[in-house]
Amino acid sequence: MSAVDPSFELDGQRVPLQPGDTILAAAARAGLDIPYLCWSAEVSASASCRLCTVLADGRPVAACVTPAVAGQKVECRSASLDVQRLRLLQMLFVEGNHFCPGCEKSGNCVLQVQAERAGMTDLHFETLNPERPVDASHPDVLFEPNRCILCQLCVRASDEIDDKQVFAIGGHGIATRLLIDSPSGRLGDSALSVGDRAAHICPVGALLPKRVGFAVPIGQRRFDTEDTRG
Amino acid sequence: MVVNAAAVSEPTAETADAVLDRWQRDPLALVQILRETQAATYWLPRSLLVHIAAALGLTVAHVEGVAGFYRFFHTSPVGCVRLLFSDNITDRMLGSEALLAQLCARLGVAPGEVDAQGRFSVDRCSCTGLCDQGPALLVNHHQVVTRLDGARVDALADCLLAGTPVEEWPDEWFRVVDGVQRADLLLTGLAADASSLPAVLARSPQALLDEVAQSGLRGRGGAGFPTERKWQACRDAPGPLRCVVCNADEGEPGTFKDRVLLASHADSVFDGMTVAARAVGAQQGFVYLRGEYRFLLPQLEQVLARRRVAGLLGRNAAGIAGFDFDIAIHLGAGAYVCGEESALIESLEGKRGTPRIRPPFPVQAGYLGRPTVVNNVETFCAVAHIARRGGAWWAGIGTAQSTGTKIHSVSGDCARPGLYEYPLGTTIAQILDECGAPQAQAVQVGGPSGACIPASEFGRAIAFEDVPSAGAFMVFDRSRDLFEVARHFARFFAHESCGLCTPCRVGTELVVRRLDKLAHARGAGHASAFDIERLHDLDTVLHSGTHCGLGASACNPLRDTMRHFGAAYAQRSTAAQFQPDIDLDAELSSARRVTRRTDAGAHLHTDTPT
Amino acid sequence: MNAPPIPEAPRKLRVATVSLGGCFGCHMSLLDIDERLLELIEKVDFDRSPLTDIKTVGECDVGLIEGGLCNAENVEVLRAFRAHCRVLVAVGACAITGGLPALRNHLDVGDMLQSVYGEVPDDPELPLPLNRVLPIHEVVHIDHALPGCPPPADAFWQLLQDLIAGRTPVQAPGLIRYD
Repeated sequence: MSAVDPSFELDGQRVPLQPGDTILAAAARAGLDIPYLCWSAEVSASASCRLCTVLADGRPVAACVTPAVAGQKVECRSASLDVQRLRLLQMLFVEGNHFCPGCEKSGNCVLQVQAERAGMTDLHFETLNPERPVDASHPDVLFEPNRCILCQLCVRASDEIDDKQVFAIGGHGIATRLLIDSPSGRLGDSALSVGDRAAHICPVGALLPKRVGFAVPIGQRRFDTEDTRG
Repeated sequence: MVVNAAAVSEPTAETADAVLDRWQRDPLALVQILRETQAATYWLPRSLLVHIAAALGLTVAHVEGVAGFYRFFHTSPVGCVRLLFSDNITDRMLGSEALLAQLCARLGVAPGEVDAQGRFSVDRCSCTGLCDQGPALLVNHHQVVTRLDGARVDALADCLLAGTPVEEWPDEWFRVVDGVQRADLLLTGLAADASSLPAVLARSPQALLDEVAQSGLRGRGGAGFPTERKWQACRDAPGPLRCVVCNADEGEPGTFKDRVLLASHADSVFDGMTVAARAVGAQQGFVYLRGEYRFLLPQLEQVLARRRVAGLLGRNAAGIAGFDFDIAIHLGAGAYVCGEESALIESLEGKRGTPRIRPPFPVQAGYLGRPTVVNNVETFCAVAHIARRGGAWWAGIGTAQSTGTKIHSVSGDCARPGLYEYPLGTTIAQILDECGAPQAQAVQVGGPSGACIPASEFGRAIAFEDVPSAGAFMVFDRSRDLFEVARHFARFFAHESCGLCTPCRVGTELVVRRLDKLAHARGAGHASAFDIERLHDLDTVLHSGTHCGLGASACNPLRDTMRHFGAAYAQRSTAAQFQPDIDLDAELSSARRVTRRTDAGAHLHTDTPT
Repeated sequence: MNAPPIPEAPRKLRVATVSLGGCFGCHMSLLDIDERLLELIEKVDFDRSPLTDIKTVGECDVGLIEGGLCNAENVEVLRAFRAHCRVLVAVGACAITGGLPALRNHLDVGDMLQSVYGEVPDDPELPLPLNRVLPIHEVVHIDHALPGCPPPADAFWQLLQDLIAGRTPVQAPGLIRYD
């Protein structure tokens, strides 16, 4: 690679870029970690979680959808952005009902690991305690809306990969929620099958294939490390 | 509630079918179809959504998602007559809450509820744009009743209880006036001898663009983007089809200038749209009319029909061979965020009004992916003048960076509310002087998303380079509590958040709860310095990266009032230590009920004893 | 009164601990610092704690609170700790979020009591349960938190070392975990 290849700077490190790159994609290719929750290479972006907010030439943008621009200075790891990420994670924790110790997704949960990495020790805000009934009507997939962070990955996977449109977003403001396309509105009456990508793409424990919870022992789960669960 | 498709009653399905047929079962018209169906069915039962989804080839979840997004769509039963009290702070300052309570007492319903016989329901809605003639209310998302007072509310209750149809209510109740207090060129209108539109459009598209460039015109919707640059980008974007959209979603509380321009200067607005279409090469025009202005629809449709007859719209519009351009009106359904141009386009396409990811910007890929220009009503009105009198003439008005005139919707504590049009660069003090507000302690310029300007800064000018404004000018005199103003605006933003991004969806709610705690409105403990610190925290998060401008500006009133009126916060946060936000004694209610205990141990104080 | 102060050995940190709506698992994890307990008691005196059986909290430097708020007594005890401890630490998932006991929050506690007991006892000695299990930071100000179910023994050790040294506690990244 020559010095004239287009690149931008992320926290002082040079990141080469290719046409059409977002800041997140270019950073990921360079092996640099920008934290995110709602993004996946498999589906289109929703830009909803805002965890990947970076300062591009001083302007806050979502790295997952913002085109990388040659010569730009991008800041991700700074005291103020660390606090911003921490607050966003705390907002997501108080918005739902997240109880890690009893959750099958614990150790494999992106929300959990991002919060742990962000150094989150407390909730900071008051819990909102929403009332969200569990939907266990599907024979193979559990819908636990108390853990939903409205990332839209299932919405997009069902639409773009499974070609089914089983999910949609409903409501507005703090009452925004995940809708299920079926006559009853319940998962068991929908076209979702456990083989669908949408049944597995959930970054948290809101959509879970049944009968596989806790199968992997602590210490061997996705995000377990020597440090944490040695 | 589980309702299957078969449960939809025959007449309801027939109503929907008639509407569906009128819209040729076009899924892009979903918002219009829901609106028109509900006008006949009062609310949208799930069975009806299932029916409409099937007819349009959409999923039920998609239709349910759209129905649940717009505040004017009801997915649970409402009354045959739906009354929504406009709930801007200016309505409240004029006594709207007491009038709402009076009406509810007369009708025997609580706000947000339907009476037992299903005759009527009463609730609140965001600002209806009638601040200079409020308090106002919206009837069936269609008519507006202005200038409410105790007597009018009593008479209204009589009508409702007697079952008098809305059409038979006194005409005077529905009277909406322009209220122009100071007219400059826009509110005066085009001169009688102004050149005709065909004469204007005979010039080349480039000449029209150059004229707008020379004028220095910047968008009047709030962001102030140079109009010519927007148009040029749209013109330069690849693709055979282009759109011009007039943003008449005047949702910013305290703003009502567009209502008057549409009511009395619609031809200028349509002229401006047609000039824009000619300049960028657009075929399709839309007016996105906010649902609250439904009452303007018939007269706007009449003007469009007249223009079609006159050959100003349609094939070879204005007599220009190959210039095919027409304008359709799309009604909103109560969603402030649809004033954001990409959310507006989503709504035009019949979807939830969630702001899009940008880029691409609407000028590159807007309505149905077509390059689309979205401009404010006032911007198009200005274009109608600029296209006739020239860019240099417009640029000679106002300041170097803020050319032309600006219309201010003045309301609140002043002797003469209404519309005031001034060259940009006019000081706040001058406007206050002319509207009669000697006791003003603050002005909310540009609405809740704008700036709260304290008396010490009344010498500042309204201009892009000083205090920019989207047109609202709400005056608060010394009797007003600016904390309560900020709390009201916080509720507005939380109510209007689209729910997409974390900071806005959760943050606006947390701000409301924290301010309610300061107001001691949650039946709970007293606030302390701890709560002020949390408010600063939330303000920082919301100003540091939301998906759109709604979230980014949601804490502006909080930030401004904490800065300029800190005492109002300090006096509400005097507890020596952190106190809970929870009514702890109430938290024992369920256990008390089943144990029937009344001893001291069966109670808790909310405030921690010091 | 005017006598010069008698030189004292460095004052030990006075620590109180309690389990509110918790399972004592966090306390067990504290004991998992194993032989470092001997080092700890050189620098720490325990006030009210299951380790001492002292029933009321005295003036303390540090209070460690395990468990969320399930009933009226939990609230009173937490308030007593706040009033007597200079630094209050939320220890474990239940103190921080309400934890597993908070899974009952969407059910009516009165109805539950009736279905379990039939005739619900009305003895004033029994603390009444709250409608909802609450995290402790919603009722009193909390200075620090140790997440985990339970927090690792090393996290307790590090926290106490920091407090003994008069430093603001900071947890090493690997010690922050939620299960």
